[in-house]
Amino acid sequence: MTDVRLLTGGEAVAHAMRQIDPDVVPVYPITPQTPIIQTFAKLIADGEASTEIVNVESEHSAMSAAIGAALAGGRTMTATSSQGLALMAEVVYIAASMRAPIVMALGNRALSGPINIHCDHSDSMLIRDSGVVQLFAESAQDAYDLTVMAPRIAEDARVLLPVLVCLDGFTITHSAEPVSLLPDDEVARFVGPYRLRNAVLDTTRPTTQGPFAMPDYYFELRRQQAAALEAALDVLEEVAAEFELLSRRRVGALEAYRLEDATRAIVALGSTAGTVKDVVDELRDEHEAAGLLRLVSFRPFPSAAIAAALEGCASVAVLDRADSPGGTPPLHAELAAALYGSDLELAGHVYGLGGRELHPPDVREIFRGAAAPYVGLRGERCPV
Amino acid sequence: MAELSTWESLPIAGAVRPSGAPRTKTGGWRTGEKPAVDVSLCVNCLLCWLYCPDSAVTLSGETFTGFDLEYCKGCGICADVCPVAAIEMVPE
Repeated sequence: MTDVRLLTGGEAVAHAMRQIDPDVVPVYPITPQTPIIQTFAKLIADGEASTEIVNVESEHSAMSAAIGAALAGGRTMTATSSQGLALMAEVVYIAASMRAPIVMALGNRALSGPINIHCDHSDSMLIRDSGVVQLFAESAQDAYDLTVMAPRIAEDARVLLPVLVCLDGFTITHSAEPVSLLPDDEVARFVGPYRLRNAVLDTTRPTTQGPFAMPDYYFELRRQQAAALEAALDVLEEVAAEFELLSRRRVGALEAYRLEDATRAIVALGSTAGTVKDVVDELRDEHEAAGLLRLVSFRPFPSAAIAAALEGCASVAVLDRADSPGGTPPLHAELAAALYGSDLELAGHVYGLGGRELHPPDVREIFRGAAAPYVGLRGERCPV
Repeated sequence: MAELSTWESLPIAGAVRPSGAPRTKTGGWRTGEKPAVDVSLCVNCLLCWLYCPDSAVTLSGETFTGFDLEYCKGCGICADVCPVAAIEMVPE
């Protein structure tokens, strides 16, 4: 029987965690992630999960403890947002380099300053090159689905990397919507037992992990890590196909929405894709050939699939919910590289910083090619 | 020196197995003093063994036998924690 509940995205992630029942969750509270761990802690207190929560003094410690737990042989999850991720960033790189398959929910929130608690993707982009997988949810359902899929991707022998499930702060973390949960036993079977080769507490096969790497080995170990992240693309599609058999929902590296005969397309991450879909539907009713390419996987970046999906388009607008002062915003830069040599027209727009809303009329303007580079910004039109 | 491994052939994350790691002796880093023990005073509490940051206290089974100067750095923690003052730091 289908179990549909009215849940916020944060609660949906907490229910996925309850069903996965990880061994260890070291975590520090921060808005807008807090509802995830608050709900999960209550589920444990109610006897619905047996996870050991480690109350740590900071996010730096949360990720440090997570590495220890994951490499010791326990399935490990955590969650954070914004400044928490900034404080954790040093250790996120180490988690990736030690190939610790930690699953982390990231409630996307603008980085300070000025201090702000609302959504943008600057926190994700801060650790863009840390070597972790970053998957962006569009809805609470998506956040649930990706969280259930995440351990399988993280723990795959070809990957062994942290996987971040990114959900827009407040828009997803705090907004309630109907979420369809899989039966507990199906999730347990789907994720399976945690088995890590080289677990440090295997005293019959002792290892030194996280060794010093001098100029003679550092480069090779970095390349090995990059290859694992590239391999995550195939693993994601395999896990998505298997998940689809259970859920009849498919969440792969990207979603093409009414794109097959589109001449104009928008590329976006996260909950904004929902707004764009509504506008695409309106434009289609008006016989405009508009479409959306929603990226689920930002890391690894599915360049070839993106280029193929956008092949028939004449113009593409890419929406960045993070700026790169003095440079090209991250998603725009990636798209430009992925589409290099193609003759389609590519426009980049920064929008939604610090929780600024993006309204359907803004999206129409973007489709028309009439929007400013900074959508929704007050003041003079930016000269570039 | 053996040929260096390629990125494809390195163990994942560079994890080192005991068989492949050189057991470098580090006692040469010791500066100034080394521990000396009067075994007749020792009560075999093993606090020195517990506290030694370099695992340089040697045992026979569960009985204190002395120090492995190939690894001792001369920090003096053993002398400090010894409850019966059986350990004294002496010049090299």
